[in-house]
Amino acid sequence: MAMIEIRNINKHYGSFQVFKGMSLDVEEHQVVCLIGPSGCGKSTLLRTMNGLEPIHSGEICINGDRITGPGVDVNKLRQSVGIVFQSYNLFPHMTVMENVMLAPMKVLGQSKGEAEETAHRLLKRIRLDHKATEYPDRLSGGQQQRVAIARALAMDPSILLLDEITSALDPELVAEVLNIVRELASDGMTMLLATHEMGFAREVASKVCFLCDGVVHEEGPPKQIFGAPIKERTQVFLKNIVEAGRL
Amino acid sequence: MSMEQDVSVGGQLPVDRKSSRKFAGTGRPSARVGAALSALLFAAAVTVATWWTLRAVRQAFQANLGGSSALDIILLLVAALGLALFVPAVRSLLASNKTKKHLAENSLIEARIASVSAKDQANHTFGYGFVVIVALLFANFILANDLAVGMTFFYFPLMFESFWLILKAFWVNVYIFVIAEVLVLVWGLVVAIARLLPGDAAKPIRTIATVYTDVFRGMPAIISIYLVGFGIPLTGIPILKDFSPEFYAILALTLTYGAYVAEVYRSGIESIHWSQVAGSRSLGFSHFQTLRYVVVPQAVRRIIPPLLNDFIGLQKDTALVNVIGSLDSFNQAKIVASNNFNLSAVTTVAFLFILITIPQARFVDKLIERDHRRTRAG
Repeated sequence: MAMIEIRNINKHYGSFQVFKGMSLDVEEHQVVCLIGPSGCGKSTLLRTMNGLEPIHSGEICINGDRITGPGVDVNKLRQSVGIVFQSYNLFPHMTVMENVMLAPMKVLGQSKGEAEETAHRLLKRIRLDHKATEYPDRLSGGQQQRVAIARALAMDPSILLLDEITSALDPELVAEVLNIVRELASDGMTMLLATHEMGFAREVASKVCFLCDGVVHEEGPPKQIFGAPIKERTQVFLKNIVEAGRL
Repeated sequence: MSMEQDVSVGGQLPVDRKSSRKFAGTGRPSARVGAALSALLFAAAVTVATWWTLRAVRQAFQANLGGSSALDIILLLVAALGLALFVPAVRSLLASNKTKKHLAENSLIEARIASVSAKDQANHTFGYGFVVIVALLFANFILANDLAVGMTFFYFPLMFESFWLILKAFWVNVYIFVIAEVLVLVWGLVVAIARLLPGDAAKPIRTIATVYTDVFRGMPAIISIYLVGFGIPLTGIPILKDFSPEFYAILALTLTYGAYVAEVYRSGIESIHWSQVAGSRSLGFSHFQTLRYVVVPQAVRRIIPPLLNDFIGLQKDTALVNVIGSLDSFNQAKIVASNNFNLSAVTTVAFLFILITIPQARFVDKLIERDHRRTRAG
């Protein structure tokens, strides 16, 4: 049994159908990259797994436990499924340290000392220990995104969802964020990434999924998807990416 | 490839792409003779008006309070200050002459600089002169009808004599608004959060909160004070009927301004971008925790200016408590006014109200500035 099982999910915004019976399995310690054209539902899928978006039918299970539908304690779910957003969503009225410490203290009930210790450890890990007392607006985009990753990690999640976390960054800041993700991958963190960084996806992914028309159109190891895609839609998509100089 | 013929990258444009239009130049500047001369005439006219008004002030003082050499010196100084209006006017004229000279020499750039300066100095003359005219009109209004206006509103002996009495009564206003403001801050937030409760189950609560804001925002504060202040004692409800007029005033003002402030809170809360809520909820925070730690702290920073507006409104509306017989500064001043047949004591009250709002406005500016300095990038 896979750690995450997405079974035949359907979701629509008005008449627009985002998911048309999408299914996907993710094993523990896998890094799964979601690629595909804009509007194909990459971000929506991640937000669904974190309980931020409801689905209309089908189900998502984590470790055999159904996490969609009525009666699910989403607050509890979110404690073990972390998400990092494209636009960081740091709290601007709190310092870096307070951003990282808030949820462990108020949601998990950790003591201030405990939370501080975790925060310092994580800030060291993302190499921003020296910015602990700064406010987010004084950091670069790359630094803010690293803090957002640390904030999610402070909850010690078992799954981490990364929603186009480098799309809002200047090109020279992308690497510092991807390095952190690379380290997390080698530590065995189970991750799902929606991304446009094809080179990075090819390097770190255990599995690449091409989303299109509300389903997983093609999936496989990066070598296969990027090297020899079988489906025509995948081939067209990747050809465009190559022409844009992004792969 | 055909692309290469269409677009030239980094090279010269093909001949047929060259524009046939010529750059027309930006023209010769005007010497601004008209502006400079008008400024000079305007300065002269304002000066004459100033002297004429100052003479009238001197006569009024001599007739009513007796003249003094100190007063003469002050008036002379003011008259001299009025002459300062000629400084920009003369500068404008000099710059205008300079422009003409440069134009004759055909040095366009210098001419432009001088022309702008001539116009700018003329505008300075008009701008400052306008303020002087407003001041003169006000002075003449006070002098009107043999200083009757001045005596009615600004009769200094009565103002000094009644000052402590008024100030003591003003304490009642301060007492009412300070307590009401604290209550309003809490009550307004409660109502705002009630209006923003999520889910179908909370619909009745949202509705009643909406009805409350509609009623108390729509009802004039004076009516709310009147109804509460006279009505509750009349009902004879035990305990509630025995409070002081100030208590009822606080209650009525809290109800009225609670409705305003609830709407201010609500707009502040709704102005926080949903991504902040997503960021907070994604970490496992509940709806109320998200409000408590993430949304409200940011909203409060944003609503401080409109909140101050409402607080100043509340402070001023404490003057309405005279309708239920509370002896506040306005009521006290009215007594002084009717005893002396002169409104100067009421002017004192007006000054006191204005005086207390100014430091609050500056304090709020400082507060916002400090927060920006702390949290925003330089």
